[in-house]
Amino acid sequence: MKMGNRRIRVLAGLGFSLTFLAVVCIWGSLSTETARVTDFSRVNIPPCLRYPFGTDWLGRDMLARTLKGLSMSIWIGILSAAVSAAVALVLGITSATMGKAADSVISFLIDLIMGVPHILLLILISVALGKGLRGVIIGVSLTHWPSLARLIRAEVIQLRESPYIQIARRLGKGRWYIAGKHMLPHLIPQFIVGLVLLFPHAILHESSVTFLGFGLSTEQPAIGIVLSEAMKYLVTGKWWLALFPGLLLVFTVVMFYVMGESLRKLLDPNSVHQ
Amino acid sequence: MNRRWPVFLLKNLVRMTLLVICISIVTFGLMKASPVDPLQANVGQAALGSMSQEQREKLEEYWGVNTSPVEQYLSWAGDFIRGDMGTSLLYRQPVTRVIAVKLSNSLFLMVMAWILSGILGFALGALAGMNQGRLVDKCIKGYCLVISSTPAFWLALLLLMVFAVWLGWFPIGLSVPIGVEASGVTLADRIYHAVLPALTLSITGISNIALHTREKMIEVMGSDYILFARMRGEKGLRLLRRYALRGVLLPAVTLHFASISEIFGGSVLVEQVFSYPGLGQAAVAAGLGSDMPLLMAITIVSALFVFGGNLAANILYGVIDPRIRRGGTAE
Amino acid sequence: MKVPVLKIEHMNISFTQYDRGMRQVELPTIRDLNVEVHEGEIVAVVGSSGSGKSLLAHGVMGVLPYNASMGGKIVYRGEELTADRIARLRGNEIVLVPQSLSYLNPFAKVGYQIRKGRKDAQTRQRLDDIFKRYDLKKEVEDLYPFELSGGMNRRVLIATAMIENPRLVIADEPTPGLDLKVAKRAMRHFRELADMGAAVLIITHDLELALETVDRIAVFYAGTTIEEAGVGDFEKEETLRHPYTKALWRAMPKNGFQFIPGSQPYVKNMPEGCPFMPRCGQCTEACRGQIPYKEIRGGRVRCLYAE
Repeated sequence: MKMGNRRIRVLAGLGFSLTFLAVVCIWGSLSTETARVTDFSRVNIPPCLRYPFGTDWLGRDMLARTLKGLSMSIWIGILSAAVSAAVALVLGITSATMGKAADSVISFLIDLIMGVPHILLLILISVALGKGLRGVIIGVSLTHWPSLARLIRAEVIQLRESPYIQIARRLGKGRWYIAGKHMLPHLIPQFIVGLVLLFPHAILHESSVTFLGFGLSTEQPAIGIVLSEAMKYLVTGKWWLALFPGLLLVFTVVMFYVMGESLRKLLDPNSVHQ
Repeated sequence: MNRRWPVFLLKNLVRMTLLVICISIVTFGLMKASPVDPLQANVGQAALGSMSQEQREKLEEYWGVNTSPVEQYLSWAGDFIRGDMGTSLLYRQPVTRVIAVKLSNSLFLMVMAWILSGILGFALGALAGMNQGRLVDKCIKGYCLVISSTPAFWLALLLLMVFAVWLGWFPIGLSVPIGVEASGVTLADRIYHAVLPALTLSITGISNIALHTREKMIEVMGSDYILFARMRGEKGLRLLRRYALRGVLLPAVTLHFASISEIFGGSVLVEQVFSYPGLGQAAVAAGLGSDMPLLMAITIVSALFVFGGNLAANILYGVIDPRIRRGGTAE
Repeated sequence: MKVPVLKIEHMNISFTQYDRGMRQVELPTIRDLNVEVHEGEIVAVVGSSGSGKSLLAHGVMGVLPYNASMGGKIVYRGEELTADRIARLRGNEIVLVPQSLSYLNPFAKVGYQIRKGRKDAQTRQRLDDIFKRYDLKKEVEDLYPFELSGGMNRRVLIATAMIENPRLVIADEPTPGLDLKVAKRAMRHFRELADMGAAVLIITHDLELALETVDRIAVFYAGTTIEEAGVGDFEKEETLRHPYTKALWRAMPKNGFQFIPGSQPYVKNMPEGCPFMPRCGQCTEACRGQIPYKEIRGGRVRCLYAE
């Protein structure tokens, strides 16, 4: 009993997640104005057909605010995850190829970052940079590379020991030739999957740290801010302010995971058996 | 136990000490780099006014302009080791006392969550791994995916909304009833107020350990030695208990010790939502209020816990795995 | 003639895999494999390494991976060996001797594992006897697999079979990378098992070693058995039946060390008809068709021109 072809399902998952994220990003960017409009004739409306996510105490459309906030968070997440992944790539390769000293320095650095809970480290960095958007982006970029760096390091070491690279070396091929011709093609898929799987973490941490009040100001309604404002009105029974934006955030993060896993399945040669 | 044990332990301890020192340096550096001047930030407030002369001098000493950063660090670190972590600007108390109170509140929460999520996570992961590809597995995997995509603070909001606001089963916040003397707080009160935050932390903590256990379970169930055990007629619970469990439990416990950092991080968010007066909430307050001494102390205390967990994980690995215990090399 | 203990007829084992792109393909790793073993007899299935012959053992023991499917018929002592039946019999009447220590639980002591956790006096006595017979010290029971020396592990693995009352022993590549002396000793242990009345099926790549101990040989080529012959048939090239078996014979050091060019075809591009065709000097157009497995001179062969 095989339900269709698994690879087609993987591709469908990838397509759907990409479309969803693109729609959120574009729609969010288009609703910058709508998200800001306050209208006291329509405050505190629970979800209805006209305002599917309801409106808040200033009469702002929560759907527009959520989309705007999400698209901002996605951009921040992608940007800092990309920086983080670049750091991971450089440090991972360095620690695998530049000898024992470099390796132990980098592994010490990884332990150092892993030693402080992420959120706390983000708070520290944010405080050091005087809070604000910059602090969040730099904070997330600086804290998310260790796991990917470890992965890349392991991969490079394994590649270096592999017979065909040993043979290429015997044949007198240059370092750069080997790196470009034999190593990169294997490393790139791993790197891309690792990068995509950094997005969800980055977004979750970005939203958490903004939720706590570090980083973005209320004029920049990132999703963390939307939710932290909603918290204040929770006790008064305005459940929709927190429920729908949060659900959409969870769904967005799930979509990033789906994207990463789909890419992994497509790029990983070992998945032929599945 | 063989003779390499003390060496192993010593190596770990040295590395840990070095890491903590480095973390303190980095933290101190970050705080120094902050454009927010803590004295300035807090001077206008009543905080400074109510401080003793001695306390104020201490502050000047840390943050004063007349000494070099290195000297400042050394004097701060020296005091820290002697047990004087400075004075909290926000709470107007010695940081040691603030931390002692907050930490005991948080520990209560975190230990409960840690144990609960460990047991549940392991059970779910093992169940999923043994039924790979079946419906149970898919449900558990789906649950883990959703949970790891859910920010802890939003889950906290959700539970607060349902159980405290709608159903009214639990209080909306704080670790003790308002207006009750500290001595009048019973254990029951504390548990009552900690249930929701601990529940949130447990729910989020499950996914990591469950996914890991699942992977390990699949790996072990596909291993040569389980295959051989099956060929020798072993099956069901017996196969699980006699053959698979040890190989799965060991890495799971190790991982759980090593993931103390995540529970710590989660508690920062959860405590904020439930206004539970623990270490995490203090960290946020300290960060927002530029209470540098408190923030630094919290960082170092949490780092100590994280490294302590890692150390415990390493030692445990050595105790359970015969290959390490008997002096062989693993793998 | 007595009923064989194990009789495998037309065994097929195939895997489902993804090819390039979206296509799912069936990989027939074992096709039309036939072999039988009698009481007190040792039969070796000989084939080159990595040709999938271990699957034969997994197929008989009923532990194939989930993406594999098996066809054909396995008969054990006159009755079909169904999934239920093998699940009941494996581990007591039917046992497997694995190829390496990685098949033992790294976290449990050796003695405990051989006994499968049983603690009754009879099992303990049996274990003592086996240890004495194999010249293993009592202390070995309390060692973990990683602590065993190379010489010990072979005997420990065989002990896992001896502790039961096997009627059928399957040994999967029991002498991987052992030096000749140790390997011969390991093979002697199987002889002892056969002398006690068990039927022994050894799956190996080492023809020369097999010839020294076993009674009959089934030659495995490209997923199928191409010839079954008594050990005596290997004394001269002429008494062998299949051109590949003859080639194997010529490749043995004492017979001139001549190798034929080429290699076994990969499952994905298996030729129709005779799998040995591309390397065979005698092949004709007729070899592209169905090749029957026929009986000749007390053995069996899958070749149109064997006589």
